Amino acid sequence: MNASAKKYGAMGARDLIIWGIAIVVMLAAPLIFTSSLAITMLSQMGIAIVACLSFNMLLGQGGMLSFGHAVYSGLGSFVAIHALKAIGGGSFPMPVSLLPLVGGVAGLFFAVLFGFVTTKKSGTTFAMITLGISELVFAASLMMAEFFGGEAGISANRVVGKPVMGISFGPQIQVYYLLAIYTIVCTAGMYAFTRTPLGRMLNAVRDNPERVEFIGYNTQRVRYISFIIAGFFAGVAGGMYALNFEIATAEVVGAARSGAYLLFTFLGGATFFFGPIIGAVLMVVAFVMLSEITKAWLLYLGLVFLLMVMYAPGGIASLIMMNLRVWKFGKLGRVLGWYALLAVTGAVMFIGIAAMIEMTYHIQLNEALGPVMRFMGVELNVKSAAAWIGAIVVALIGIGLFEFTRRRFALHWGEVQGEIEAAIRARESA
Amino acid sequence: MSQYAIELRGLHKSFGKTEIIRGASLAVAPGERVAIIGPNGAGKSTLFNLISGRLKPTSGEIALNGRRIDGMAPYEVSRLGLARSFQVSNLFGKLSVFENLRCGVLWSLGYKYAFWKFLAGLADANERAEQLVRDLNLERKRDTLAMNLTYAEQRALEIGITIAGGASVVLLDEPTAGMSKSETARFIELIREVTVGKTLLTVEHDMGVVFGLADKIAVLVYGEVIAFDVPEAVRRNAKVQEAYLGSVLADAQAAEAGH
Amino acid sequence: MEFFTISMLNGLSYGLLLFMLSSGLTLIFSMMGVLNFAHASFYMVGAYVAYSITRLVGFWPGLFIAPLVVAALGAAFEKYCLRRVHKFGHVPELLITFGLSYVALELVQLIWGRTAVEFQPPEVLRGPAFTLINSSIDGLRVVWGAAPAAMCSAADTTVRIVCSPFPATRGFMMFIALIMLVALWLMLTRTRVGLVIQSALTHPEMVESLGHNVPRVFMMVFGAGAGLAGLAGVIGGSTFVTEPSMAATVGSVIFVVVVVGGMGSLAGAFVASILIGVIQTFAVALDYSLAGALTSMGVLLSPAALDYSLLKLTIAQVAPILPYLFLVLILIFRPKGLMGTREG
Repeated sequence: MNASAKKYGAMGARDLIIWGIAIVVMLAAPLIFTSSLAITMLSQMGIAIVACLSFNMLLGQGGMLSFGHAVYSGLGSFVAIHALKAIGGGSFPMPVSLLPLVGGVAGLFFAVLFGFVTTKKSGTTFAMITLGISELVFAASLMMAEFFGGEAGISANRVVGKPVMGISFGPQIQVYYLLAIYTIVCTAGMYAFTRTPLGRMLNAVRDNPERVEFIGYNTQRVRYISFIIAGFFAGVAGGMYALNFEIATAEVVGAARSGAYLLFTFLGGATFFFGPIIGAVLMVVAFVMLSEITKAWLLYLGLVFLLMVMYAPGGIASLIMMNLRVWKFGKLGRVLGWYALLAVTGAVMFIGIAAMIEMTYHIQLNEALGPVMRFMGVELNVKSAAAWIGAIVVALIGIGLFEFTRRRFALHWGEVQGEIEAAIRARESA
Repeated sequence: MSQYAIELRGLHKSFGKTEIIRGASLAVAPGERVAIIGPNGAGKSTLFNLISGRLKPTSGEIALNGRRIDGMAPYEVSRLGLARSFQVSNLFGKLSVFENLRCGVLWSLGYKYAFWKFLAGLADANERAEQLVRDLNLERKRDTLAMNLTYAEQRALEIGITIAGGASVVLLDEPTAGMSKSETARFIELIREVTVGKTLLTVEHDMGVVFGLADKIAVLVYGEVIAFDVPEAVRRNAKVQEAYLGSVLADAQAAEAGH
Repeated sequence: MEFFTISMLNGLSYGLLLFMLSSGLTLIFSMMGVLNFAHASFYMVGAYVAYSITRLVGFWPGLFIAPLVVAALGAAFEKYCLRRVHKFGHVPELLITFGLSYVALELVQLIWGRTAVEFQPPEVLRGPAFTLINSSIDGLRVVWGAAPAAMCSAADTTVRIVCSPFPATRGFMMFIALIMLVALWLMLTRTRVGLVIQSALTHPEMVESLGHNVPRVFMMVFGAGAGLAGLAGVIGGSTFVTEPSMAATVGSVIFVVVVVGGMGSLAGAFVASILIGVIQTFAVALDYSLAGALTSMGVLLSPAALDYSLLKLTIAQVAPILPYLFLVLILIFRPKGLMGTREG
């Protein structure tokens, strides 16, 4: 790859290395994390990555906030599960491994159908339309029992016929590798999209939809076509889901799932391509593991989300990139100390607040288990005033210390950023 | 009869009960450089918005190279070869200077909504964008995000995006707004260079710029074109003097610019 | 006849409730450009807070205190959270209210539990406001309060008497909603604050440049909007059910209302609220299905076809999606909304 091509956006050696490492990690992961729980989670991560990346095509690349993305992945799941049943019944001769593509076509179809009305508007109205269509489809799913299977959903079997070269997709590990291939291909596809004329114009529409019209582009058409492509990939994720879980229920088109896409994509970072990948991994970890640790996990999640929107709207990806930049300019050492302080004060604050939340939940849900509960290795009696006062005191001290530290950190961070920007300007004028 | 590049015939525009453009008529020949002047509130920006398709006229006709364009959407007008810049820089903030310009050329080179080609491989688009970066003297800031440019650089990029598509008719809305004297002089040179051979309509307040850049001046007062002629004739026009040019300041500016 | 009247009144009361909610939403949106995703959460919190106050002191104190509490919470959220996000643009604003709706739901479930709570209206509102008695011999009559059992049944089996009560809670809902409507109209057209808000409905930037203390006005408007939602919550929670899912149920409907009515239009919100309220109420009561209609028209359907769920669906079962169908239709045929003035 010569230097001039790199200037125009082609991939350089460094990009290829990053991709290579990512692919190796994906393929080698099951060899390191061998428990069945790990492999289940890895499979789910693959599905989530494709779904969140397709969601970010709309949010991060196009500035379109959708509250109903699960409609496309969910309908993809349903069409795929019906296809799987047909394969099993012998009426649809297609290899099971191509099932996600069926989901993709379904997602594409529904995006063509709903997308026309949806992309007529932008901004807040767009978001409301996606919400309306999401509710429409979810409500319809409870009505049309043949297609959606009512309460029980539709299930099928992914093991069909004789194994080919030893692969029957019965064992989870085989499914994982198939899903991994789809994840890699879809990620590459969506990354490639960002480097095409339409992908770039979608960014332009995000930044200044009005100006786009004055350089010859129909803004609505740009949004509509991009919406359809995003719907395709969402459908593929849905097909992957159907293959993995062998069942599709109404909740796959529900508002809760759409909300999860939004929450975690934003948490991971909507402004960078790899942000949703981080978000997708977090999503699976949260749903599978966090929910086991505490009943209040959704509350914690909501609070973290609120804090992120206020203080780090670019998500975890932007935090990583900002610190990478600080490191490149050799100033990381100066902020590390502050990070440690923030972590400590934040932990104190968290412990106090979490103690109160957990105690409240304990009162409500675990009546039968008595008033004593374990919190971080300490026994707390929810009926005793001491426990409550203690928690409140710890929380207040923590909040106070954290806010104090945060303000000092913000000043310091601002200084560092100023120095970096001055260095950049000096470089440019040289 | 040779075609006019831009022709306005009895153009009217009302917002509710308020009529802003009250029967404006104008005929600009191809290659002419016209400055549109007038007091504040005369409707100059509205006129531009009508021509470029941002607003629909209440009545009247607009023709581009003989073809009627009134009522068309902005992107349709743009595709027919008319481009406009904005008084307040209207850029793609999170894209670099180069990317901004490349976006400007994409449609005119026929790439449309392609998602099966890579930008890196579009040699003509990349070359043209690179050429524009050089023409605008923005080489040092080629990869800087548009929102991080200085004001004058943003105005330059604004012009750049406008002419990137190779439009034959260019509308510039107060291109030198907010610039210092020296910046203005340099900017006018830039505009002259990049709009060679094109039909140019500029809204301007700085009389020095007007007399320096324009072949003809159109005077817009209360939504009507009260004069359209070469600068000397417009200066002598009694109606214009009465409405606009009769101020000491305008005289002084013109004298300073040496005309 | 009585079915029509009662259903109409029920529909109007539900529509007015929707308007109580969507008016606050429209005001906040018009003034601040923020579509408050958590608006229905304020509705829910109002209901729960009123429930707790009712258990401690009584319903009527709750009716006054709960909206004030919710208004205070709303104002606090605006000051400490929303304001910080204002500079990032409209999408982060929408996201933060989205996050608030999540957190509010979890907190409510944390404090009051995940099942519905018994939020009873006060004694005086428990019975019917009036009863329509339709007798096949005497015709239609109105009786205030509940009709005694004797009036509702006849010894003679050839006489058909139908008693249709109209719940007092519904009547109270209409009463409060109408008072709120009048108060809102008076405030907007007669007071200085109202004038500022009216101009902000169409020209928010101008209002800013005129020197009004915009952050404080924002905080007050947001708080007031939240308070109105809270008031609606007190009424709605005691009339219908108070449970964690009440926010989600009514939340999506009011967003449909504001889009259908036209973003930023109070009049549009009013028309759309009444329209959707009435249509939904009627739909829920109608038991006709497509299969039934076809059969009565003489079309012969096979048993398998009759069993097909889409044909078997009664209008009542389809009722929940009617608002969203409405939304899609409006967007296709009249994208500005019924009375839209500003773009979303």
